[in-house]
Amino acid sequence: MGIQNQRTLYGKALVELGREDKRIVVLEADLGKSTMTYLFQQAFPDRYFEMGIAEANMASFAAGLSLTGKIPFINSFAVFVTGRAFDQIRQSISIGMLNVKIIGSSYGLSDFGDGATHQVIEDIAIMRAIPNMTVLAPADGTETKKIIKAITGFAGPVYVRLNRNDMPDVIPENYEFRIGKPNIVREGLDIVIFAHGLMVSKAMNAADELAEKGFSARVVNVSTLKPIDEDAIEKMCEGVKGVVTVEEHSVIGGLASMITYIMRGSGLPFEIIGINDDFGQSAESYQELLEYYGLSEKEIVAAGERIMSRSG
Amino acid sequence: MRLTIEQLEAKSQHIRLCIVEMIGYGKTGHLGGSCSVADIVTALYFYKMKYDPENPKWEDRDRFILSKGHSALVQYAALADLGYFPVEELGRLKKLGSMLQGHPDMLKTPGIEANTGSLGQGLSIACGIAAGLKLDRKECKVYCVVGDGEIAEGQIWEAALSAAFYKLDNLIVILDKNLIQATGSVVERFNTNPLPEKWKAFGWYTMEIDGHDMKQIVETLDKADELKGKPIVIIANTIKGKGVAFAENTALFHNGMMTQEQYEVARAALQAKETV
Repeated sequence: MGIQNQRTLYGKALVELGREDKRIVVLEADLGKSTMTYLFQQAFPDRYFEMGIAEANMASFAAGLSLTGKIPFINSFAVFVTGRAFDQIRQSISIGMLNVKIIGSSYGLSDFGDGATHQVIEDIAIMRAIPNMTVLAPADGTETKKIIKAITGFAGPVYVRLNRNDMPDVIPENYEFRIGKPNIVREGLDIVIFAHGLMVSKAMNAADELAEKGFSARVVNVSTLKPIDEDAIEKMCEGVKGVVTVEEHSVIGGLASMITYIMRGSGLPFEIIGINDDFGQSAESYQELLEYYGLSEKEIVAAGERIMSRSG
Repeated sequence: MRLTIEQLEAKSQHIRLCIVEMIGYGKTGHLGGSCSVADIVTALYFYKMKYDPENPKWEDRDRFILSKGHSALVQYAALADLGYFPVEELGRLKKLGSMLQGHPDMLKTPGIEANTGSLGQGLSIACGIAAGLKLDRKECKVYCVVGDGEIAEGQIWEAALSAAFYKLDNLIVILDKNLIQATGSVVERFNTNPLPEKWKAFGWYTMEIDGHDMKQIVETLDKADELKGKPIVIIANTIKGKGVAFAENTALFHNGMMTQEQYEVARAALQAKETV
């Protein structure tokens, strides 16, 4: 297992898929060097639309392209594509269930230097609230490739959030991604930890530490935030003493909201780790910022311990 | 066989009659903006565009996008007349479960190409369709009607720039310049003039017509076919509520309610004009 970058693998996946499927078109709002869609531009300039710094038009323009049978991928930073183009995603794309793929780059705090305006803590909440929308958050580079391939073959609007920085691999190459299916990446009996994105690797490290303390934690990668197989989530909670959710997102409207909603009748103790209704800020490193907002192995271990102490 | 100018004029009165009947009395409906654009929509559906009501998704059809989606009644009347769906459906406008929503819905209504109504978005959708058709080397055209109130939306100008940048000469926009938006005069609320100069500066072919002169409308639509390399905007000077005397040139019937008496007056006047 190594280290990979979701953006780079996304750019390469687009080129690979674009070679086979001429319906794929890519729209960019002047961030192609960062979102890595410039790779597609180099390979297929005729199917690449530079839309300028005008995300609203990009989203509705993509709706139009999809109406001629194309599979448009629209790109920007996650904060802009879900924020500036929210109404266009809702009205032009989602009501008509149009086949537009919305790719949000630099999710969460991953654009650590640029501060609150460029970091996003509410993209999942915004996108989950829109009917007909599928919301995905790959855990690493390998899952990114699989997700981009899967959504190309899926008809309907999809939002995918990608990390800006290199990430440790957590998903084996032979894993089969299916929309809606949470997947256990580490088995355990006492606690279940649900996470998505980079937090899956943090949860796995935390599970190692918890094991050293004698607690067995199951780690589940919830790369689909909507729609979700609720039965599968319930089954993954069977027999455990408590549930931990970890997300690089606001605690409002994301993974915590989803899991607590599904398990509301279970009576299980919950520990919620996420960004507590607060904007981000600039920092010199991603790691520093994650730790400041409590998105660390240390916090996950502490949450696990609290659950175990409560269960007596 | 194409309709003559006289037949088109009668058809547009029939379309207006359908609009009035769809709204009825004692209920609100977007009468003003539907009537201002009725002659233009009639010219598009009954003279200019290629389509097949039996096969609404025919690949080589021309596309019509009503960016000012609140004027959906005019399009519903035309689609019903052409047999996209039974005329009886017009009587179920905005009723629960109806195929005819308050704003165009492509999943519910045969012949509707996109979901519009959030103003400013339809033009971008039309641009995307035009770009997609060009990628496929299709000859068909995209016609898009925008309102003069609607163009206050910034997205209109983003779309206008992108259409020029991508040389979408298969895109023809008709700007329904009826001078009145929901709450009153456009220029008093958000002056978007001068229009021809703006569109020209944005890289468009610009023409200006009387939007109620059927001969001029069809001639201008034909002339647009000859223009290459840039998108085309036809600024149509229209009268809000045209054809319904008490609703003309007023914001009261933007989304107003007719009394029974008004309703009967409007119907009688239009019935007298709907046959050649």
